[in-house]
Amino acid sequence: MKTQTLLSAVNDAMMVEMKNDDSIIVFGEDVGVEGGVFRATVDLQNAYGKERCFDSPLAESGIAGTAVGMAINGLKPVIEMQFSGFAWPAFNQIISHVSRFRNRTRGAMSTPMVIRMPYGGGIRALEHHSESMEAIWAHIPGLKVVIPSTPYDAKGLLIAAIRSPDPVIFMEPKRIYRSVKQEVPEDAYTIPLGKAKVVSAGTDVTLVAYGAQMKEAMAAAGMLKKEGISVDLIDLRTIYPYDKETILKSVKKTGRFLVVHEGPTTFGVGAEMISVVTQNCFTELLAPPSRIAGADTIFPLPRAEKNYMITTERIVNKVKALVSYDV
Amino acid sequence: MLTKVKTKAGHRLQILNEEGELTAEAKNYPMMSNDQILESFKYMQMSRIADEWAVSLNRQGRMPTYAPNKGQEANSMGSFMALRKDDWVVPAFREMAGMLQRGLPLSQLYLYWLGNEMGSCYDVEKFHMLPIAVPLSSQTLHAVGLSFADKYKKTDRVSLTFIGDGATSEGDFYEAMNFAGAWKTPTIFFIQNNQWAISTPTSQQTAVKVLADKAVAAGIEGVQVDGNDLFAVYAATKLAADNARKNNVPSLIEGFTYRLGAHTTADDPTRYREEKDVLPWIAKDPLIRLEKYILNNQLMTSDEIESLRLELTKSVKAAFNKAEAHDAPTLLDTFQYTYKEMPELLKEQMELIGQNGKEEL
Repeated sequence: MKTQTLLSAVNDAMMVEMKNDDSIIVFGEDVGVEGGVFRATVDLQNAYGKERCFDSPLAESGIAGTAVGMAINGLKPVIEMQFSGFAWPAFNQIISHVSRFRNRTRGAMSTPMVIRMPYGGGIRALEHHSESMEAIWAHIPGLKVVIPSTPYDAKGLLIAAIRSPDPVIFMEPKRIYRSVKQEVPEDAYTIPLGKAKVVSAGTDVTLVAYGAQMKEAMAAAGMLKKEGISVDLIDLRTIYPYDKETILKSVKKTGRFLVVHEGPTTFGVGAEMISVVTQNCFTELLAPPSRIAGADTIFPLPRAEKNYMITTERIVNKVKALVSYDV
Repeated sequence: MLTKVKTKAGHRLQILNEEGELTAEAKNYPMMSNDQILESFKYMQMSRIADEWAVSLNRQGRMPTYAPNKGQEANSMGSFMALRKDDWVVPAFREMAGMLQRGLPLSQLYLYWLGNEMGSCYDVEKFHMLPIAVPLSSQTLHAVGLSFADKYKKTDRVSLTFIGDGATSEGDFYEAMNFAGAWKTPTIFFIQNNQWAISTPTSQQTAVKVLADKAVAAGIEGVQVDGNDLFAVYAATKLAADNARKNNVPSLIEGFTYRLGAHTTADDPTRYREEKDVLPWIAKDPLIRLEKYILNNQLMTSDEIESLRLELTKSVKAAFNKAEAHDAPTLLDTFQYTYKEMPELLKEQMELIGQNGKEEL
């Protein structure tokens, strides 16, 4: 076991997996010598050479598009979009090809790859560096979308993503890149994609969150516990395909549902969760299934960031309102 | 090597002229064997007949939207002939003659145009070819990735990708040439400049006079050839492929040609071009000059050509009938290739569609 941050666990996942599999190559903007602007790929070039970890020209469509050809021809590209807000030039390659080759060719060709991207707000960054656009990726058939919230999960989920026969968008919550530390096994291990984790079992309300938002969700659950409210806290971990079973099982037990995410409210991940909860737990519900999510605004520059970010207090207050809701 | 081919406008390489005679340039360039010439003639002829049959079936309502190759056959034919059968080809969508020569059954290509995904289910190991690509120029990056992987695996395969003149305005085309140049991948970019992007002429696409000059932006070589001249296309591609294979050097070839037909069967070219513009290009038809060469050099008699056409017509019709009789995809087919293993969420949706609204709450 070794103490890792979420960031170092991401690096560790690539380090151990590249040792096991020669077909894995890592590339993107500044990922080689520098080891990435966050250092997520640091030392990979030293360990495995310039053939397997290298800088690409500065063009995101080119990164994703060449990865398509590499994947069809037997390599396993793990590519980095320097920030999720810079991924949009690659959107056409991802939605038109990465997600579609298996279906287009009826299984004759496929494009297994991992597209890593740091995402999310709260780090006082420039424009285009703070958005949480996971719902856009999750809406594309053929992709899997994964977001870890702990170092242990980051390593296990990233190794599972690298071994996945399907392309995975791996979104890294950069606000908690270095703030969470945890003992992580040194060998390779996987956490299955599509499985949520019940972080703490409770009976009064189901609270679903993921990524950096787990920090506020856990703090809220702790405060609520002191007030006698028992939260069934679920870390979604995979956005698509999401773990419907674990969510519904929990709501059938608690009768109350709250989902929290940083991305915009309307047509967000929460909208899907609430829809599924309402349709499947209609008669068991004790309060309206609810969400706390980012506003449908452009993410503000640092001076106004606090206008956007979701606070622990807001989650606590919403849970209390749900628990005291009178049908 | 390639620089022997002049790129200045008006100096595009021509080896076989409109009269079916070899030009003075011929002796300076690699030339096909007689067997290769006859093989090319067969597949170009087959492509032409398959095109005409598809367009005519479209009018009868038996073929959905179809994009004809008419007039452009020498581009895919000459370049495929210059490649090894295990070199990668990443097509756009007007490369039928070459794809047939690679061994892809015509019935499979028809199946694609008939709207069945099985039409793009190619055996990768057998054909080393990606399926038809619709989003313009996006496929050029795939060719660079394929080449990168071959270089990584230390094979000596090259890859060749096709795009149209309009698609050279798209960003992916520049990114692909630039990546190939920076990574030194053995990739050949082939522009079929048929002078029309649906209704938009090349003059509206760019201020560049010769599309091959776009190679300059990526620091790679670009050459322009007469795209209606099978031998010029072959020669340029052969030089480019040999250089790519030996020295990991990418390059760009522009085949200057003309789209004799509509963009697709859904298009009406009379809205944007006149018959008098098309007429001179009918005389430049790549098949006419190749047939003249074959007759002049007594590689076939006109009787033999006539019976070849009859035989090809029969096999084209049989290929279409086979594709038309192919089973329609099942509900499971529509779902099961989205992921390697179908997620529970998809299984539920498939079941609901199967129940057709009869499911209970």
